[in-house]
Amino acid sequence: MTRVGRWIGRHLALALGLLVLLYMYIPNFIVALMSFNDASQSRNLYQFQSFTWDNWLNPCAPLGMCESLRVSISIGLLATIVSTIIGTLAAFALVRHRFEGRSTANLMVFLPMATPEIVMGSSLLALFVAAGLGGQLGFWTILVAHIMFCISFVVVTVRSRLSGLDSNLEKAAMDLYANEWQTFWRVTFPLVFPGILAAALLAFSLSFDDFIITNFNAGQTVTFPMFVWGAAQRGVPMQVNVIGTLMFIAALTFVILGEVASRRRARGKVSAR
Amino acid sequence: MSLAEDARRDLRLAGLTKRYPNGFVAVKSLDLVIPQGSFFALLGPSGCGKTTTLRMVAGLEGPTAGTIHIGDTDITHEKPFKRPVNTVFQNYALFPHLTIAENVEFGPKRRGVKDTASQVKEILELTELTEQAAKKPAQLSGGQQQRVALARALINRPEVLLLDEPLGALDLKLRRAMQIELKRIQEEVGLTFVHVTHDQEEAMTMADTVAVMNEGRIEQLGTPYDLYTNPHTTFVANFLGRSNLVKGTVVGREGTGADAVVKVDMHGTVVTIKASRVHTESSEGWIGIRPEKVLIQPAGTPLDAPGNFFSGAVVSEASYMGVSTEYHLRMPWGQELICFEQNTGRRGGLVAVGTQVDVSWRPEFAFLLDSSQDAGAGIEEE
Repeated sequence: MTRVGRWIGRHLALALGLLVLLYMYIPNFIVALMSFNDASQSRNLYQFQSFTWDNWLNPCAPLGMCESLRVSISIGLLATIVSTIIGTLAAFALVRHRFEGRSTANLMVFLPMATPEIVMGSSLLALFVAAGLGGQLGFWTILVAHIMFCISFVVVTVRSRLSGLDSNLEKAAMDLYANEWQTFWRVTFPLVFPGILAAALLAFSLSFDDFIITNFNAGQTVTFPMFVWGAAQRGVPMQVNVIGTLMFIAALTFVILGEVASRRRARGKVSAR
Repeated sequence: MSLAEDARRDLRLAGLTKRYPNGFVAVKSLDLVIPQGSFFALLGPSGCGKTTTLRMVAGLEGPTAGTIHIGDTDITHEKPFKRPVNTVFQNYALFPHLTIAENVEFGPKRRGVKDTASQVKEILELTELTEQAAKKPAQLSGGQQQRVALARALINRPEVLLLDEPLGALDLKLRRAMQIELKRIQEEVGLTFVHVTHDQEEAMTMADTVAVMNEGRIEQLGTPYDLYTNPHTTFVANFLGRSNLVKGTVVGREGTGADAVVKVDMHGTVVTIKASRVHTESSEGWIGIRPEKVLIQPAGTPLDAPGNFFSGAVVSEASYMGVSTEYHLRMPWGQELICFEQNTGRRGGLVAVGTQVDVSWRPEFAFLLDSSQDAGAGIEEE
């Protein structure tokens, strides 16, 4: 084999990996790029015309966009908090306690994740209407729906973390004079926390992102995905790209911070106390 | 801790029983006194109830019946965090999110000790971990983790330290070193150590007293020397080292007191066994003799043997193991006996397979066990 051939052979896996990454991130770069697009003069909104800061300086210019964003964020935060608490408690029950119907409960928790969203959305609507809430569709019905489908994901995420946790650690803590309360807060919780955090982040992004189920149960309320969907009929305002870019940066920051924290922990540099 | 002067703080188990909801009885009415300051081993195969016993003492499992006392204090139903007992767990159970120093000071902190720094420093020195104080458990080797588990328990100065197969996860060389280390630390701190293990060699090298457990009961309790030289059951005879067990019939008793002996007919030859080493009332029994007590000599040459003597055996197998040689001897009645011979060089080579040999042992080394017991009990299958 030639030298060139060997060089290619050595670097092929790396090149392929980079290609896949590029494939995954190009949409985000396009979004970031388009957020600087001056679309005011053009009919074709999906082509880059000329550079402007306008979109970033006036992100709330499109009518109703920032209001929809506010709705999405508040629903996202509330759904995250409630589903994380319920889901974490459920995960503890499923992993730590032996009770009648435990395996059935495990399966039942999993089912909503496997149910097509379109089915879940329509049946929720049917439920709300049957319960006489047909006139009150809006913020609260969306919230109830989001909490419902987030719980499954939280349970599954926390459960996997918890079942990987050696139960001898808790016994050791008890043996070392920690009462039940101290054992939980000093040993169990810190060790399960990364799982809970991951579950919460997942819940937020699922809630923030959801369109199908929300669309069925939203009434007159407009969430951010619904706004984008609606706007896309006429042409998406460039400010949507600003929001998209901001969300991407926020997610990236979270991941980087998490990585830095876990590396520092791995190096054991947190002893100063 | 305010103790009455001179009050013995022995660990006493009385009628301790553990029955699981599925009906399995792991521990059957155990009565045991572990003297304060002793190094005590609970030895037995897996599933014999030794770990369950330990967990009941630690308070991690509740007994179905019976009591646990330390001195006069009843701790049977005390919460684990209120007992003056600490455990070194089998897989150490170190807190992975805390540093070594934080792991070690976990106990004192929970008990509300204000200044833990000097105690931590002292115990880390004792266990040679000073350098590792700021590291996380995952960065340590197996032997170091083991020492952290020990330090984390010892710093609390418990009245009883429980060790659950503490060396099981270490390789052979490290295990040997840690055995000596553990023994040194126990002598230094003078606490009661209760050591659970399935490794007979480990139990014998470290413990002052060994209780051999089998199927939820104590088979025999004594010093390693007593257990090995004078086992009371076939289980103990086989679980601690190896034994030759030969069927025999009691034909008579002679002498009184310390000189009393029992005469047993063993396939046509009458052998004598000291009465203190006879552990059966029936007229049948298993005559036991340890392989290294069996002496052999090619037929026709003189044999140093003031006692039980057999001729007509044939060497059927000889495995040379450096320090010693293991011979299998086919006896005239068809049974194979095992003989370990030190390679002192006096023979100038091995006894070849197929050689006719005379077999002998000193009568004081033999023992007689109940014939109703299984001669294969306690033999571990590899």
